[in-house]
Amino acid sequence: MKQSDLKAWLYLLPAILFLGIFMVYPLIDVFIYSFEEGYNSASQTVYGVGWYNYSYVLHDPYFLQAVKNTFIIVLITVPLSTGLALLISVGLSSVKPLKDLYQTVFFLPYVTNTLAVGLVFMILFKKTAYTDGMVNLLINQFGGESVDFIDGPYWAKMFIMCFYTIWVVMPFKILILTSALASVDKTYYNAAKIDGTPRWRVFTRITLPMISPMIFYLVITGFIGAFKAYSDEVALFGTNLNAAGMNTIVGYVYDMLYGDSGGYPSYASAAALILFSIVLTITCVNLLVTRRGRPGYAGAR
Amino acid sequence: MKVRLEHLTKRFPNSNRKIKTEVTAVDDVTLEIPDGQLAVLLGPSGCGKSTALNLICGLEKPTEGRIYFGDDDVTDLAPENRGVGLVFQNYALYPHMTALQNILFPLQNLKGEAKLSREQMTEKAMEAAKLVQIEELLDRKPGQMSGGQQQRVAIARALVKMPRVLLLDEPLSNLDARLRLQTREELRRIQRETGITTVFVTHDQEEAMSISDMMVVMRKGAVHQTGKPQEIYDEPVDLFVAKFLGTPPINVFEGKVRGGVLTVGADAVMELEDTPDRDVWVGIRPEGFIPDVGGPLRCGLVGVEVMGRDTTVVATHPACAADNLRAIISADTGIGSSAGEVRFALKREKLFLFDKETEERVPFRAR
Ligand SMILES: Nc1ncnc2c1ncn2[C@@H]1O[C@H](COP(=O)(O)OP(=O)(O)OP(=O)(O)O)[C@@H](O)[C@H]1O
Ligand SMILES: [Mg+2]
Repeated sequence: MKQSDLKAWLYLLPAILFLGIFMVYPLIDVFIYSFEEGYNSASQTVYGVGWYNYSYVLHDPYFLQAVKNTFIIVLITVPLSTGLALLISVGLSSVKPLKDLYQTVFFLPYVTNTLAVGLVFMILFKKTAYTDGMVNLLINQFGGESVDFIDGPYWAKMFIMCFYTIWVVMPFKILILTSALASVDKTYYNAAKIDGTPRWRVFTRITLPMISPMIFYLVITGFIGAFKAYSDEVALFGTNLNAAGMNTIVGYVYDMLYGDSGGYPSYASAAALILFSIVLTITCVNLLVTRRGRPGYAGAR
Repeated sequence: MKVRLEHLTKRFPNSNRKIKTEVTAVDDVTLEIPDGQLAVLLGPSGCGKSTALNLICGLEKPTEGRIYFGDDDVTDLAPENRGVGLVFQNYALYPHMTALQNILFPLQNLKGEAKLSREQMTEKAMEAAKLVQIEELLDRKPGQMSGGQQQRVAIARALVKMPRVLLLDEPLSNLDARLRLQTREELRRIQRETGITTVFVTHDQEEAMSISDMMVVMRKGAVHQTGKPQEIYDEPVDLFVAKFLGTPPINVFEGKVRGGVLTVGADAVMELEDTPDRDVWVGIRPEGFIPDVGGPLRCGLVGVEVMGRDTTVVATHPACAADNLRAIISADTGIGSSAGEVRFALKREKLFLFDKETEERVPFRAR
């Protein structure tokens, strides 16, 4: 017993070592920085210890803007993308001809580079000296005014941001959900058919509960991923996100470290820890809801 | 409810698209199951039993032929309008619902006229649960029940709407031997109590023999023989049916009829009347052998197995189609063997002749 315990630890050692050096130690470090006032990594000096960094960050309008943006993105994109992905997967799994083709089409954005997708969005939405972008041309066709989605009003930018995020995250969800749907044993559907179960009831009472673990997985990872959004914003609005008013929390952390206004690891650490606690809370709530709720009924939302 | 199948045929397109030929899963099946009887579809794996069942319940549409319940032609009805209950091979209980919810599920689908109040539904569900004796398990989910208990829940779910016809697809195949025996009895009792016409699918001939009022032996989609189990056992129409029924299986020999004498290998075993010369398969049931020092069938003794009541003699014969033949004799009969030879006299009614080519039964009369 003792011997095998020792062995187990020995086998785990490399993993523990690496995780320790590259994950745990930095985490602790970040935690410490976040309480050190005016930490300077070059001179390794500190003015003092306390809540100062948190207070600064929480009073920084850029940070508050970033929090607001992040929350809007999370709350809009996670439910919408999951719901849409569910709809599309159900559709996909009920078509027979050309199924593989459709699946590939829907999966393409996933293997396409973020920046390439960003470029396509530029063509679709960006106003330039020569054209207002394809979407604006469409809007004009229907007698609407051109909107500048990239440099225009906040709602337009947020719209395009969410649109983009959903576009980017959907393929993966569709992939997961179509395979989850395909793995539901056909005999359940046959059993339901014998009893003359209406389609909607089959979906809500059989299909949804059966694939609910996958839906929860997608919702939870979706939340986490959306809270960490950053690269998509850069792809659309460039690196100066604060100027565009489209910064996210991770973007704020990055700016504090390396951006033009950078060089403030303490502020960055504090912001990172705030993000961490938000994500942790939401994930815990998510898990609790999953455990408690009858599986399947909390469903897609 | 009488069930009648007329020239029922089901062909599937070949799953390998390059091969254009179709798979005929059910081939021109015509049969009638009398009201209130338990019929067993019996046959080796892949012979189309499940497909036949799926045709009866409406999950598959026949390529040709008609299906009648009583006088109603149900061929074009959707499954839910046929009034059938189906128990699947793996039960197909919804794993996220409790036993009670599973049993209630079919009732909750009822619409319009047939719609029931909550109390009526619960009452019916309890009735069904009582019939299969699972009242105390109703709050459990399928994962928390044993195979036998799940099977009962599945039967309760199939019975709760009081179907006109109950269909069971190898419902016992997931159970262990003892539970299978027990559940078999149980099933028989439930069927008798409800009087619902039942079609039961299995590839286990013993199960089929013990449970059925009527047996349908199938091979490659076609029905070979229909009848009471004992009748089929006693009077098989062809070699396949003879071989398929009985444990240990029937012993098959190559034989010849020449000048009214049936010979097996070098042994002239029987004199026949009015039988023209022909080559035959000779099938002898294990219980058709009588040890007899002067008997006509001379076999090499391999061994004797005593199992409770019965003694099985394992022997060889040059004309035997298998390596060994098995004869069951009552324990008190000695085999009177000497020097590895054992001789048998044969019981006339346990011996069958089949045509060498068609494998169909050849009638004969012993002199
Ligand atoms: N959907 C289908 N498409 C093509 N061929 C099929 C289909 N369903 C069944 N078959 C074929 O029809 C034949 C009969 O199948 P079926 O499932 O009825 O056999 P079974 O008698 O129930 O066998 P088992 O005892 O193994 O369950 C098999 O050869 C099978 O390959
Ligand atoms: Mg089958």
